[in-house]
Amino acid sequence: MPPLTSHESDARLKVLAARRWRIALTLTAVMIAIYFGFIALIAYDRPLLATLVAPGVTLGILLGALVIVVSWLLTYGYVRWANTHYDPALRALDAGTPNAGASQ
Amino acid sequence: MSTTAIGQPNSVAIGFFILFILITLGITYWAARRTRTTEHFYAAGRTISPGQNGFALAGDYMSAASFLGIAGLVSTTGFDGLIYSTGWLVGWPVVLFLIAEPLRNLGKYTFADVVALRLKQTPVRIAAAVGTLATVILYLIAQMVGAGGLIKLMFGLSYETAIVIVGAAMIAYVLFGGMLATTWVQIVKAALLLGGAFLLALLVLAKFHFNPAALFGAAAVKYGAGVLNPGKLVSNPLDTISLGMALMFGTAGLPHILMRFYTVPDARAARTSVFYATGLIGFFYLLTFVLGFGAMVFVGPDAIKAVDKGGNMAAPLLAEFLGGTPFLGFIAAVAFATILAVVAGLTLSGAAALSHDLWVNAMHRGEADSREELRVARAATVILGIIAVVLGITFKGQNVAYMVSLAFAIAASGNFPALLMSIFWRRFTTAGAVSSMLFGTLATLLLIYLSPTIQVDILHRTTAWFPLKNPALLTIPLSFIIGVVVSLLGARASADDRALERRMHLGEVSG
Repeated sequence: MPPLTSHESDARLKVLAARRWRIALTLTAVMIAIYFGFIALIAYDRPLLATLVAPGVTLGILLGALVIVVSWLLTYGYVRWANTHYDPALRALDAGTPNAGASQ
Repeated sequence: MSTTAIGQPNSVAIGFFILFILITLGITYWAARRTRTTEHFYAAGRTISPGQNGFALAGDYMSAASFLGIAGLVSTTGFDGLIYSTGWLVGWPVVLFLIAEPLRNLGKYTFADVVALRLKQTPVRIAAAVGTLATVILYLIAQMVGAGGLIKLMFGLSYETAIVIVGAAMIAYVLFGGMLATTWVQIVKAALLLGGAFLLALLVLAKFHFNPAALFGAAAVKYGAGVLNPGKLVSNPLDTISLGMALMFGTAGLPHILMRFYTVPDARAARTSVFYATGLIGFFYLLTFVLGFGAMVFVGPDAIKAVDKGGNMAAPLLAEFLGGTPFLGFIAAVAFATILAVVAGLTLSGAAALSHDLWVNAMHRGEADSREELRVARAATVILGIIAVVLGITFKGQNVAYMVSLAFAIAASGNFPALLMSIFWRRFTTAGAVSSMLFGTLATLLLIYLSPTIQVDILHRTTAWFPLKNPALLTIPLSFIIGVVVSLLGARASADDRALERRMHLGEVSG
């Protein structure tokens, strides 16, 4: 790969960074919606959470466990994306930039 | 369940506890020989692997409030206790998505490094240290009070002796072994806590053919279907939402958690370590469902409250029922180790705020010799340890879980908004950062004082000025608004955005 000019490198970093922030903010919004949706149900619709989905398991208990499991799956999704797409792109960008690392 | 060995000295508990102390002091001795510079003392030489840091983050985070407190809440209130189990986990994805990587790339030892990066050092460092110390000290008091009560019950020692033992062990870890010893104490503790809770949950589930639904069903048969539904603990919806906000955003403002991201080699390792930590902590909170309902079914809410009004002895009582006095001793020692490890992490982050933020960067403009800074950090450790012991004795008998949720409220309102804005927003100014951090911390403290918990429950007034038990619903948005408005009103700071942008994503060293 021919070396990038510092202007090209900055432009590419900008695109890459914007992409990471977009994904991070979307995932954060999803997390907030899931958790506060759960809290809102507890606060305002208790009869719904009391519905039995199986003997011994109310919808409330099922959703509570799901909030925990889904939170973890979201972190898995992000880490997978960042490790397989974001990091290699960053490394390629950094390696192709003259003067890389002198930005400290 | 009429008799219990709780309250009498338990030789198994004492044996396990002494073993834990010996192992951790051994680790400290090993770590002390590797702790020569500030980078070792604050950040373990940045040599911790993502897996190790995942365990250490989990160890720092799973305090006695999670283990004893949630098991107790579930066993006495049923579903309501589970609100805490979920709330304490959902902050972790937020830490991962928004904070972990920029923090690792931009900072050195404390979160104030990031906030102060392109702003005026002295005022920002002082404001950040105020927020850090308020969080750390409230959290420390809660842990010390919990430890004193627990040891008194388990080992037959006096409350004061127990507090002094905890203080002495914690000072020894941090003073001599710094972050390396503290990290390994967390790892050992996290493994013990997860192992102990998992074993306990397996023993419970074995009685129900390993079907959790059968366990929940048994609880409903014995104590009514209401235990599986939201109940009276959440009578005020706004209180529930406010607590939820404090728990969710507080995690991303806890100084001892944020400091852990500097112990790994790079941003990628920081990211991966949050994934491991979230898995471990989530697994643990799922276990609390089983432990809580297990204690409800086998021990019973009345028997649990008879031993301790707050329900904190539910997990130890369950262990005694399932495995007799030896298992009770083991679980008690695990709970004690849990507290000891958390206070060590807290003290280290408080010492970093005093030495790195206040002494070096606010008072000496960042120009201090590394050996001198190390001496100051160690002196700060001893001072904080003594403060923790004195306050632990002063606040004897206070509600532990409540104080932890207040520490979260300060972290969420004082530390988190300024940290997030300093990462995301280039027009954030020194005045904006300082006013956001000071407002968040002081307003939270003031509203806590005016809340029903202090005014009605403790001071026995008839009404409270402020209606919510937890102020986060109000203070988090206000801290953001104040930071934004003050920044926009002031002059725009000129900063080298290009260098900053590159460093935020690529780190300090290329490649």
